[in-house]
Parts: sequence; structure tokens; C-alpha cells
Amino acid sequence: MTVPAIGAELPPLALPPLSRATLALYAGGSADHVPLHIDSAFAKAAGYPDVFMHGMLGMAYLGRLVTAWMPQAALADLAVRFVAITYPEERLTASGRVVEHDVGGVPERIKVELLLQNAAGETKLTGSALLDCGRTRR
Amino acid sequence: MIDPKHVGKTWPPYEVEIDKSQLRLFAKAIDETRPEYVDEAAARRAGHPSLLAPPTFAIALAAADPNGLDYLHDVGIPIARLLHADQRFTYHAPMFAGHRVAVTRRVADVYAKKNGALEFVRFEMEFRDAESQDLLVESAMLLVVRHEATP
Repeated sequence: MTVPAIGAELPPLALPPLSRATLALYAGGSADHVPLHIDSAFAKAAGYPDVFMHGMLGMAYLGRLVTAWMPQAALADLAVRFVAITYPEERLTASGRVVEHDVGGVPERIKVELLLQNAAGETKLTGSALLDCGRTRR
Repeated sequence: MIDPKHVGKTWPPYEVEIDKSQLRLFAKAIDETRPEYVDEAAARRAGHPSLLAPPTFAIALAAADPNGLDYLHDVGIPIARLLHADQRFTYHAPMFAGHRVAVTRRVADVYAKKNGALEFVRFEMEFRDAESQDLLVESAMLLVVRHEATP
């Protein structure tokens, strides 16, 4: 396939308001049973206003953003930094854009910068993906 | 205080088989509906041996440790003060339902900031095909323990 141009933007992924049901499902699906995400009493006793999103759920949304744009076979590396906590009812959008070609001298390897923000524009996660555009067989 | 002596600590490897129903539940939780992740026949038509594991699914294998969260206790990390600071996955080969995966974990780094108000522990993990021992995915995870007011 053609290597996407530097500056090219990925089609953004707009997510519904974060629900407690999603947090419970993610706790089950990921086997992450840390009670900060599913037990309000525990979260409050730990000093938080409420349960909050697993950071890894945010990373999973960035993974969806990338693999909806290019087959997963192309994905060589996915990295994120967890910047701010996300609480129930927040509405997140994942976005990304191509920032580099031939990363590390590897032909057709591109770097995509990733961002997960809420509706107020607050950054929740930042990240990057390395994709080998030649390796796109599904 | 997390003791830097834990740098280099490893745990006994464990094996876990990627389960179709867990992959489907993971996909549902992240609202991933594309057929190669949830429909086995479609995954096969796309050339996969079975359902494809999404890019961050390795975290569920990291959590499948038969000793649960003991590794956190082993290095003195209190769960109530724990936050995830960063995460990286490096991909070598795809993981599918039915795959038997061997998992190893080690402490790569321990350090503090703000005079010990923030403590950091970096864990590195490897996910290998349990039969061939081929490397599938590498993971690096930075955890932070906050000894200050929570947000």
C-alpha cells in the first residue's frame, strides 16, 4: 500500500460517555480486578471522588483507532503515557496523525502520534504507534 | 518505600491458554465489533487460525498470573495508592484464541521522585509461544505509587 503522508490524520474514534457497566465489563475482560475501577466505596476510601477508568481501556481505544485505520499485522509497537484520570460520564475521542517516515531507518515504517481527550479537550492519554506499511496482510 | 534491591527480580514463568470466550468478552468491553476479533469463521476467512487478540489483550494474560497481584505485594506496592504511568507493547507475532502462551515478568527499574512522594516501578514482561518459545509480544509497564493527596 502507499505510505500515508506525514501530517495525515487517522479517522477519529468518538466514544460514548464512559459507563460503569463498561468498567465492569473491562474488569472482567481484562482480568484486572483492581477495585479502584469497579467499587465506588473502595475508590472513595482511597481518596478518589469515584471509580475511574482503567488506563488500559484508554489504550485499548487507541489500539482500535489504529487497527481500524491499518490492519493489526502492520502494528509493530504501541506505547502510551497515562496523563489524567477519566471518570464515568466523560466522553472520549481518540485521534492520531502520521509524524514520521522510515522510523529508525526501516523502510515503510511510520510513526503515528496518538491522543485520547475528553469533550473539554483535556488530554487523558498520549501515545505513539509504529506501523510497517508493507506488512498489511490481515 | 520500595526497595531498589528488587531491580532484576523475576517470578516463576506461567502458561496461559488464550480462551475464545475471554477474547469475546475483552472485545465487548472495548466495543471492538469487527469480525476477525469476535467471529471465528470470519477470522478464518481472513486467514487467521482463530479469533485475533486485539493489540492490548496481552494485559489480560499479564493479569492471568496464578498468583494474582502477589507480584505487587512482593515488591511492596500498595494497590490503593497505585496508578499506571505508562505502557508499551512491542509486537513480534500475532496472538490468537487457542494459543498457549508462556509469560515471564521482571522488575526492570525502581526509582523515586519528589523526595519519595512518588515511587516508580518498571516491570518488563515477555509473552512467548509456549511450544516454540517464539517471542510474540514484549511489554513494559511503569507503575507509580503516590504518597501524596490523590487527585
